[in-house]
Amino acid sequence: MNRRTIFPGVALPLLLVAPQLALTGVFFLWPAGEALWGSTQRQDAFGLRTVFVGFENFAYLFEDPLYLQSIGRTVVFCGAVAALAMGVALLLAVFADREVRGRGVYRTLLIWPYAIAPAVAAVLWLLVLHPQVGLLGRWLNRHGVDWDFRLRDAQAFGVVVLASAWKQVSYDFIFFLAGLQAIPRSVVEAARMDGARGWRRFRTITLPLLGPTMLFLLVVNVVYAAFETFGTIQALTQGGPGKATETLVVKVYRDGVVNLDLGSSSAQSVVLMAGVVVLTALQFRLSRRRDLE
Amino acid sequence: MSVLVLEGLRKSFGAVDVLRGIDLTLADGEMLAIVGASGCGKSTLLRLVAGLEVASAGRILVDGRDVTHTDPAARDMAMVFQNYALYPHMTVFDNMAYSLRVRGLKREEIARKVGEAAGLLGLEALLARRPRQLSGGQRQRVAMGRAIVRDPKLFLFDEPLSNLDASLRVQMRAEIRRLQRRLGVTSLFVTHDQVEAMTLGDRLLVLHQGRPVQLDTPMAVFERPADTYVAGFIGAPAMNFYRGQRCAEGVRLAGSAVVAAPGGAGEVTLGVRPECVVLRAGGMAVAVELVEPLGSETLVHGRLADGGAVTAKLPGAAPVGERIDVAFEGAGVHLFDAVTGVRLVG
Amino acid sequence: MSRGVRTDWVTHTVLALGVLLFALPLWLVFAGATQDAAAISRGELSLVPDPGGFGIYAQVLGEGTRGGTSVGRMLLVSFAMAMTIAIGKIVISVLSAYAIAFFRWPGRGLAFGVILLTLMLPVEVRIIPTFSVMAGLGLINSFMGLTLPLIASATATLLFRQAFLAVPDELVEAARMDGAGPWRFLVDILLPVSAANVAALFVILFVYGWNQYLWPLLVATDPSLDTVVIGIVKMIGSETATEWNKVMATAVLALVPPVLVVALMQRWFVKGLADADK
Repeated sequence: MNRRTIFPGVALPLLLVAPQLALTGVFFLWPAGEALWGSTQRQDAFGLRTVFVGFENFAYLFEDPLYLQSIGRTVVFCGAVAALAMGVALLLAVFADREVRGRGVYRTLLIWPYAIAPAVAAVLWLLVLHPQVGLLGRWLNRHGVDWDFRLRDAQAFGVVVLASAWKQVSYDFIFFLAGLQAIPRSVVEAARMDGARGWRRFRTITLPLLGPTMLFLLVVNVVYAAFETFGTIQALTQGGPGKATETLVVKVYRDGVVNLDLGSSSAQSVVLMAGVVVLTALQFRLSRRRDLE
Repeated sequence: MSVLVLEGLRKSFGAVDVLRGIDLTLADGEMLAIVGASGCGKSTLLRLVAGLEVASAGRILVDGRDVTHTDPAARDMAMVFQNYALYPHMTVFDNMAYSLRVRGLKREEIARKVGEAAGLLGLEALLARRPRQLSGGQRQRVAMGRAIVRDPKLFLFDEPLSNLDASLRVQMRAEIRRLQRRLGVTSLFVTHDQVEAMTLGDRLLVLHQGRPVQLDTPMAVFERPADTYVAGFIGAPAMNFYRGQRCAEGVRLAGSAVVAAPGGAGEVTLGVRPECVVLRAGGMAVAVELVEPLGSETLVHGRLADGGAVTAKLPGAAPVGERIDVAFEGAGVHLFDAVTGVRLVG
Repeated sequence: MSRGVRTDWVTHTVLALGVLLFALPLWLVFAGATQDAAAISRGELSLVPDPGGFGIYAQVLGEGTRGGTSVGRMLLVSFAMAMTIAIGKIVISVLSAYAIAFFRWPGRGLAFGVILLTLMLPVEVRIIPTFSVMAGLGLINSFMGLTLPLIASATATLLFRQAFLAVPDELVEAARMDGAGPWRFLVDILLPVSAANVAALFVILFVYGWNQYLWPLLVATDPSLDTVVIGIVKMIGSETATEWNKVMATAVLALVPPVLVVALMQRWFVKGLADADK
């Protein structure tokens, strides 16, 4: 895509674009290069020498059951967070699209949670679900449920999914609402006149027309769950108990920063990079399609 | 049993009264054209009948049944929207089949009905296409096909031709009329275009600011407009209006010219259509300001001696100078009350 | 569309429940901040705030928890970081998008592609290598180190480029006829015309910068550079000794600025979010 009307000159644009290119080079390309290089290295036990080992780190990774489990865990986690966040957001958006009194107020109140940091969201839920301190946590323990997510794998996973999805609902809500409002009112009215009521109308008219938005949000939610939930998980469970909530990004952190296994964590980073490239390319493609529909 | 009866229908949005009391009875198979300027309430009236809005007061009866509070899905009416409102994610076939599927008809039955409607409208070749692959005229026909397929009690048209270009509009106008006659379905047709209204309606309902001003056949509305609003709205170019005093010979205009009319007394508004302004030597002097040759006619815009504007529609390519003399043809003169604008009889 | 009172109740209930879902944890934190730390640890956290407990905010702003920085300082760091990132990103992106949209120069396509590449590399994916690059540059534990790596990514550039491509030709031609050069045009015409986009992006980027966790965690080992988000998580660290009321007060304080920004600029923000992902 090009503009017809432009300004002449080459020196000025080069100057203008230089800062971003410089930052990109230093903080993206260089580290990406280092990650690629580092993924082919292995340090000896004392961290004194590094040896080029080609793709061994990757081979080792994909043979490592712990890593494979981490992948599986991350996939399940992403799926659960996406489903939960999108499901709740869609429900709220459908009702917020209706003509009721105070519609604007409801919308504002459902949008502001976008501003909550993932880590802070975790703290909030900690205060709700903590076995001794949390309001709900105590209540559960008092009523016979053996509730302590710091010790129980499944509970930890559930809590982390809950806090992550909760944080994302606002974002999905905004997009679903926009998607619903993009459906021409007359199309919905035509469906009403054709005799379709309530659920049937939603299923055959509204949902299909929301398709592009849903696909787009699915990818965004998966990327969010895979990467931006580090703060949430760290604050709630630190990846534990054991490895119950150790998603791929948490594992990179643990292996690289905590355990200082640079070779492995670089390889993991590279794998993550590949994943992001695929997902982002998808997101790009899908958001273009969203415009054309 | 009349298909549609409206009794005292009113609609307000908050403090704004959009419809102020509509009473109407439609006969079976009749096409009623509802016409008026933007904001007169005609679309609101249609939507009330459809059930897309709820009336503030009054009743709507279909075949004798009170449907005032019935859901649109249950009213057995079909609507053709201004922007067609086709389901963008469905093929033409599915668009037309949708209402039948909702009703639970069998597949063969649906295919047959859709096939019939498609045949009527010349859509057979387009059944597998999506709306975005169709031209404006084709989309309009699909919208109509969707309505026809349901075999409803009532057709509702909401300015369906406004989004078409001029030549297509004329063509579709005729098609709609032909179709409606052939199918014999009672119809309501809303438009702001008075030519459409005149050509399509068995009867015309002129709305002005939410009130029904005249309900009559097109020719009656044209020849005997109920007030100055209808007189000025129907017919193009618009009627010329002048203030005057009634006298024994007719009406004395401001410039002391007298127009032949039934005698009487008091102030009146005199109306005369441009077609009834004719050239007459020795008549009222008009200073010509603008001449618009239309080919079959010539429009002349000018001013009378007293400053009043006049538009004349003269036949053919009338040669016109800087000044012409005109007269108002007796039969084409209308008298209206000077204050209320209502038509005066006698 | 309303079918009467019956439908309204369902709608109101669903929406109210939704609002409650988000308001309750917030209220809990707000109320809990005013309560006594020991009581909370014992399990007596309640939804009713203690009117006498509002002094906790002053306390926490001044002190923080043992060994930690004062929350006041952390808020300052967070604010500086968020503003720097938001403004920095906007400035850089506007300049780059302008260069790409309004000029033709060799390597333009390549440059744009490289910038797009950054979309595919969120900070979480390059933490360790970026850290070592920063170490090499001596930027660990510095404010620059906190902000620079987060400034360069492409979403803003993409958005501005798209907006700039859509600017009507007549506007540019009229400006050139009036004698405006490229710089003048940018400052006097393009920026004012794009004000809505800038506002929307500001909200998105401010929230983004404020809410960062992983990167500041790595880069700032000196507690004086802790952001308030980092600070909160640190406070929870040793469970038995956690002063919950302080944690909650800090959480409230940490929430206020970004929520305020979103709430006040909501209209632009929502529009900008929809545009930004195209």
